[in-house]
Amino acid sequence: MPRVRVEVDGATYEDDVEPRLLLVHYLRDRLGKVGTPIGCDTTNCGACTVLMDGLSVKSCSVLAVQADGREITTVEGLGIDGVLHPLQRAFHEEHALQCGFCTPGMIMAALDLLRENADPSDEEIREGLEGNLCRCTGYQNIVRAVRRAAGEMRTPARDREVTP
Amino acid sequence: MIPATFDYARPGTVEEACAALAEAGEDAKVLAGGQSLMPLLRLRLAYPDALIDLDRVAALREIRDEDGALFIGAMATHHQVMRDPLVRAHAPLIAKATATVADPAVRHRGTFGGALAHADPAGDLPAVALALDATFLAVSAERGEREIAAADFFVDWMTSALEPDEILVGVRVPKLGAGWGVHYEKFHRTAQAWAIVGVACAVRRERGAVEAARVALTNMGPTPVRAAEVEDFIAGRTVSESSFREAGERAAAGTSPPGDLHGSSEYRAHLARVLTARALTAAASA
Repeated sequence: MPRVRVEVDGATYEDDVEPRLLLVHYLRDRLGKVGTPIGCDTTNCGACTVLMDGLSVKSCSVLAVQADGREITTVEGLGIDGVLHPLQRAFHEEHALQCGFCTPGMIMAALDLLRENADPSDEEIREGLEGNLCRCTGYQNIVRAVRRAAGEMRTPARDREVTP
Repeated sequence: MIPATFDYARPGTVEEACAALAEAGEDAKVLAGGQSLMPLLRLRLAYPDALIDLDRVAALREIRDEDGALFIGAMATHHQVMRDPLVRAHAPLIAKATATVADPAVRHRGTFGGALAHADPAGDLPAVALALDATFLAVSAERGEREIAAADFFVDWMTSALEPDEILVGVRVPKLGAGWGVHYEKFHRTAQAWAIVGVACAVRRERGAVEAARVALTNMGPTPVRAAEVEDFIAGRTVSESSFREAGERAAAGTSPPGDLHGSSEYRAHLARVLTARALTAAASA
């Protein structure tokens, strides 16, 4: 069985994995990172989006063995010492979640979007999140939350560390 | 679902990859970005004995200038291709069409060569490669390198001309010279969905007339199709709405579009005519 060494949310893990093990199953079942949900079987829904070496990927479509030597960030790696990341706080304050199932993926995809474009228009936010489905169809507030977080991340409060 | 078991190899060079593929035999699959193959494995529509993962073959990610052509490495990701200055300058049709593929997360993993080797007639890039007269470079351990013209590469539904022991190394795309305008017109039901029909189009204008046009269609048959009748009709005509509409009328000629829950084959033929006129118009004014 191949051995992998993966950094997940700042901690390094070494494990033997079956080649067919999906990254999302590795995160959830082996590391207990259940903040990343599984939404579909077809790479459509984006619920399982995480960052791999800083770029968003759908962790149901990456093998755990492909994450060997890579750095993974899940939604669980965003907050620092109980302080929510600006995106998490904005989703909370703008009521950008209803059932909440799509939220981790939405936040990770939004983080990827803001890395490339710190001040996106509503249309750019919608395009940036096109790979993430909200079955509650609560997109209005999701867009609003991303816009709000973008504003906060451009001018972070002095006492707040913002990552990444 | 969890994929069926398979052996896994992660070569670091093209030579190692070819050797691993040859050794693994006919029931092995090459894993590029995995954005088409992984869902197939998960749905158990595919259950290869072995996967040869090209993820760490860094040499295959290169995009380089070869005088009259660009060489795009098979493992260049969509994300990389659509931002690449060489692609944007010399093959803008590829940059434009790639930006419509799936969504950002899929484009971070999905690759140019993988999308072509997958040979899905609903994929956007096969028609683009066909319209641009691209040449495919394949390599095998036993027989070395060979070139395959785009017109010969797409053989049938999800079937390319690649032999089981061959790996697609990259694609050579002739540069479009000055005077060409390009457009990819895609009709789909939702933002990230496959094209119901797509039209890849390049038009060269000269003094108010169309000097030449290249038009290829996505999802109008088991392979991408070159709309030769459109190209022949429009060449030499003045740039006008009516000439583009008349040209578009010829777009479905000789095609055999599929019928499915997104549309009947008659509907696709209608779309091809309308979208081709739009694509020509947009390319001529680009």
